[in-house]
Amino acid sequence: MASETTARDSGTVQDAAAPTAQKFRFSLAYAWYILRRWPLIPGLIMVALVVGGVFADQLAPYDEIEQDIRFRNAPPRIFGSNSEYWSTQDYSQAMFRAEGSEGKDPSNRFLLGGDHVGRDVLSRVIHGARISLVVTSVALFSGLILGVTIGVLSGYYGGIVDEFLMRMVDVWYAVPFLLLAMVAVIIFEASLNLIIFLLILLAWSGYVRNLRGEVLSLKQRDFVASARVAGASTFRIIFKHLLPGLVNTIFVIASLRVGQLILAEASLSFIGAGIPAPTPAWGVLIAEGREYVEQAWWQTVFPGTAIFLVVLAFNFLGDWVRDRLDPRLRQLD
Amino acid sequence: MRKFLIRRFFAGILSVLAATAIVFALSRAAGDPLLLYAKPGGYGVTPEQEEALKKKLRLDRPLVVQYLLWVTDLLRGDFGRTLLAEQLVTRVVGEKMGATVQLGVVSWVLATIMGVPLGVLSAVLRGSVWDYMGRAYALVGQSLPTFWLGLMMILIFNKQLGWLPFGTRGTTDAFFFSWENLRFFVMPAFAVAWGAAAVYLRLTRSAMLEVLDSEFVKLARAKGVGGTKIIWKHAFRNALIPPLTVSSLMMAGLITGSVVIEAVFSWPGLGRLAIQAVWDNDFPILTATVLFFAVVFVTVNFITDVLYAVIDPRIRY
Repeated sequence: MASETTARDSGTVQDAAAPTAQKFRFSLAYAWYILRRWPLIPGLIMVALVVGGVFADQLAPYDEIEQDIRFRNAPPRIFGSNSEYWSTQDYSQAMFRAEGSEGKDPSNRFLLGGDHVGRDVLSRVIHGARISLVVTSVALFSGLILGVTIGVLSGYYGGIVDEFLMRMVDVWYAVPFLLLAMVAVIIFEASLNLIIFLLILLAWSGYVRNLRGEVLSLKQRDFVASARVAGASTFRIIFKHLLPGLVNTIFVIASLRVGQLILAEASLSFIGAGIPAPTPAWGVLIAEGREYVEQAWWQTVFPGTAIFLVVLAFNFLGDWVRDRLDPRLRQLD
Repeated sequence: MRKFLIRRFFAGILSVLAATAIVFALSRAAGDPLLLYAKPGGYGVTPEQEEALKKKLRLDRPLVVQYLLWVTDLLRGDFGRTLLAEQLVTRVVGEKMGATVQLGVVSWVLATIMGVPLGVLSAVLRGSVWDYMGRAYALVGQSLPTFWLGLMMILIFNKQLGWLPFGTRGTTDAFFFSWENLRFFVMPAFAVAWGAAAVYLRLTRSAMLEVLDSEFVKLARAKGVGGTKIIWKHAFRNALIPPLTVSSLMMAGLITGSVVIEAVFSWPGLGRLAIQAVWDNDFPILTATVLFFAVVFVTVNFITDVLYAVIDPRIRY
């Protein structure tokens, strides 16, 4: 019931703020309004991310790990023929001819170019989508469960529990995360599991303070008192009476959090404290291409663009979700 | 108020202690620091030397005792010496601290100059082209990975155009505010400020919109107060609190978050020192840097709480 009213309220607020369609049909304001209403482009980017991540093996034109030194730093085909580049390469030697590649024009090979050991940048970016998808979704949900649990317990029980949990959050904020992550990498060696664990550590803290505040006010309400008088257990009160009222906030925080997690994963991989090297995480691609940024800009530009677009889409959708679900948290439009 | 501040003060100290304790313990688990003296396969150290080293570094004591001794030394102003070179940690960290704090402050100023006026402009000219540009920037600014932005800046402005240098932070003998020095700051500071400015813009814009819509601004307008005066005197001052609160935290974030951007621009600061210390397992440096970062964060947090009450008399603790 409550969520229905909020949704309707936010709808009317938006409609009131929206420019009238006839007056501004082709104006910037109208375009923005439409984009806000139906986030089609961000939605498409997300679909691309999910499809690319799930079907990476089928979609990637080449193997993402296998190196082929003949194509090292090969320019991207996307800008037309690279005959000039290829004319400088020596293909006369038989040892450089891969089986089955005779007679094929090498300049038709990589759409987004090759990296410093001759891997297809496009294939690696597509496979990177899978890594991003797996790492962020696992970290997001585990962090969510952890953060929500702590926030709710802290708000519900109050007193010493609250004090202890909130001090824990304070301490956590004071620890320089990147350094901690690097030390952890030295102890446990970089792996997919470790980076997921580290991102969970990063993800949980955002929920605690907000949810604690909400629980503090919710538990004062009459329906919670009635439930308790009726003999409901603590467990039942939390799951049946408090959590439904928190779902919107949780969803909003989570949707605004995704972008940050993707950026954090990329940063960690970039400084060498993330996904280990041959695995094509986007941060790894940029770190590897860094040395060759002058000769082969495509190695860094394309993965970076991928990160940018995905994070942009998530941030946009996060704003959109917030506007829809929780008008109180929304910034004025 | 006083009670609150005292409580916050002790909570802050607790935070710093706990943060350093975590890193202290982890750095011991990261492997034997003695390996820095004798890598496997090298000449090695004799068992006697090893014993002596262990004793000197207190590695023979339990972890808790090691940490407590470290804290007591700290209280006496003794930060210890780095493992291999045996330089004073205060010296090594002090040298690098300046570079990090300078970059943090410069990018903080830059972010404020970029973000706050844009936010005001965006709110005042609501619905105009400027507003939509501001809003688009707010989204884009938070979505660019800092390290990638820095790399792209290097590619364009250093490698392609050759306009801006990077790799050091300039010479120390030149006047600090001379172009000779400042040009080294341009790229890293912009890369860091880019995202922070977007946060400012967002906050300032929504706070301004809220205040511009309030009764007292309407009253001032009805009384015939001019546009500029309403914006800056009536509205802006009241819209200042959210950006101001965030700005102190942002400064702390810019200083402690320097690790990545220092790696990109080879900036000779604490972030790079810390990374090196992590790889070497040089724990006196590592714990000292963590201590510095934690102290910056906690202090700034504390100041923010005080500022809250000073700016807005309605807030009482």
